[in-house]
Amino acid sequence: LALSGAAAADPDDNKLIIDGEEIATDAAAPEGSPFDRLYSGWRFRTSETQDLQADDFENPGFAAITLGEELWDTVEGSEGKSCASCHGDVSEGMKGVRANMPKWSEAAGKPQTLENHINTCRTDRMGADAWKWESEEMLAMTALVGLQSRGMPTSVQTDGPMQEWWEKGKDLYYTRVGQLDMACANCHEANFGKMIRADHLSQGQINGFPVYRLKWGGLGSIHRRFKGCMENVRAEPFKRGSDEFIALELYVASRGEGLSVETPSVRN
Amino acid sequence: LAGGILSAGAAEIAPDEVVFKDDIEVMDSLTGQPGDPANGREVFADRKLGNCLACHANSDMSELPFHGDVGPVIDGVASRYEPSQLRAIVVNSKNVFGPETIMPSFYRLENGARPMEEFQGKTILSAQQVEDVVAYLTTLSD
Ligand code: HEC
Ligand code: HEC
Ligand code: HEC
Repeated sequence: LALSGAAAADPDDNKLIIDGEEIATDAAAPEGSPFDRLYSGWRFRTSETQDLQADDFENPGFAAITLGEELWDTVEGSEGKSCASCHGDVSEGMKGVRANMPKWSEAAGKPQTLENHINTCRTDRMGADAWKWESEEMLAMTALVGLQSRGMPTSVQTDGPMQEWWEKGKDLYYTRVGQLDMACANCHEANFGKMIRADHLSQGQINGFPVYRLKWGGLGSIHRRFKGCMENVRAEPFKRGSDEFIALELYVASRGEGLSVETPSVRN
Repeated sequence: LAGGILSAGAAEIAPDEVVFKDDIEVMDSLTGQPGDPANGREVFADRKLGNCLACHANSDMSELPFHGDVGPVIDGVASRYEPSQLRAIVVNSKNVFGPETIMPSFYRLENGARPMEEFQGKTILSAQQVEDVVAYLTTLSD
């Protein structure tokens, strides 16, 4: 008997091993999850794309890591400080940080993404200009910071003051948008594993961001991906860094609770 | 089409005036004209038009790569549905399959929130393109 098409297109069984260490690309679904099991987007890519991520020398995202390391030590702004002045060695100072983003900030009175935290340090602590959301510098720094959590399970706070934001993100996730009238859930929940034209639909997880996308020829942020998905259904996207995208990021992060950080991942 | 008696040639049915029978049939051509199946074939494949191939595999288009499998294989669809039902599906899939379907409604105005400006107040396909794609689907019998 033939297998059904959907079964043949499910996530593959490949293992992501980097430098001899396995990084789990699936995880038990958290309580209340719509999924039976969580899968990283890596499991839906071709083996050629997967291989690029399995070797840091082949991984095109690593050019940005080099830039990030330079920026980490660069003194900038009126206070005469670099990131290293306060946080020391990045591998110690930033270990685990990516895994819990976005985080509640009492000072800001709202959740803060990794980009927000970095810019707060730049403007309020260094006296330097904020980096633009999608700038080469911001992508390099979020990639470098993310790498320090690689292999660690993600977990975000969703209760307390986060709850309202989480609800808002959930709302956005299930709202149909655009002329083509689709919600995130139509593609990434109801149809992951299927082919939509040339694209193998994943669960739309964000554990690998910023990702190096072959199509972009560079790294891109979580909000850039959200924007692209909205544009594909002919919806006016929210702005990068907007409250809407922060809420959506929080909610999507919670849907991936337990998946390992893969930054910088490679996608097509 | 507000307040006008139209001449036969221009008798195009506006999106909000399409009459559904039992939610699953649209009896009349939206243009009063028969569709052109050759053009409908283009509409089916073209990413900027129907992009139906994104979700429906189609043996009649084996020359084209990348057939999706989000929806059922379209082969033999004319043996399963009447033309009036195919028209209903393309015009407003939600009427036929229910509000949860992922399939877009190609000839209705009240689609998702925040449509991009260039698509505001516009249907995905024109009335004639709907008729063309329906005419094409009717050629796909077992
Ligand atoms: C029309 C289908 C569709 C819709 C609707 C859609 N996406 Fe996507 N999305 C894709 C495709 C195709 C890809 C690339 C393949 C993949 O990873 O699924 C993708 C990729 C992604 C990724 C990257 C996953 C990775 O591992 O790199 C994220 C995150 C994502 N989408 C989130 C969203 C969110 C949030 C929404 C709603 C605002 C959304 N998508 C709406 C089709 C869609
Ligand atoms: C003058 C000191 C100082 C400098 C310079 C500085 N930071 Fe910070 N940074 C802090 C402090 C203090 C916190 C903790 C704030 C808190 O806990 O609310 C912090 C928090 C962070 C966080 C959030 C960590 C977490 O777990 O929530 C990130 C990410 C971060 N900094 C990155 C950077 C980067 C990147 C740079 C350089 C571009 C930088 N910082 C420069 C003092 C500094
Ligand atoms: C984003 C996905 C998607 C797109 C694009 C799409 N469809 Fe569908 N279509 C579906 C799904 C899914 C179904 C099955 C009904 C359901 O589960 O909601 C379906 C069902 C159908 C059916 C009934 C098939 C059967 O055998 O029961 C026809 C006919 C059809 N679609 C025609 C089209 C045409 C023509 C176009 C383009 C003008 C199109 N579809 C575009 C997803 C899609």
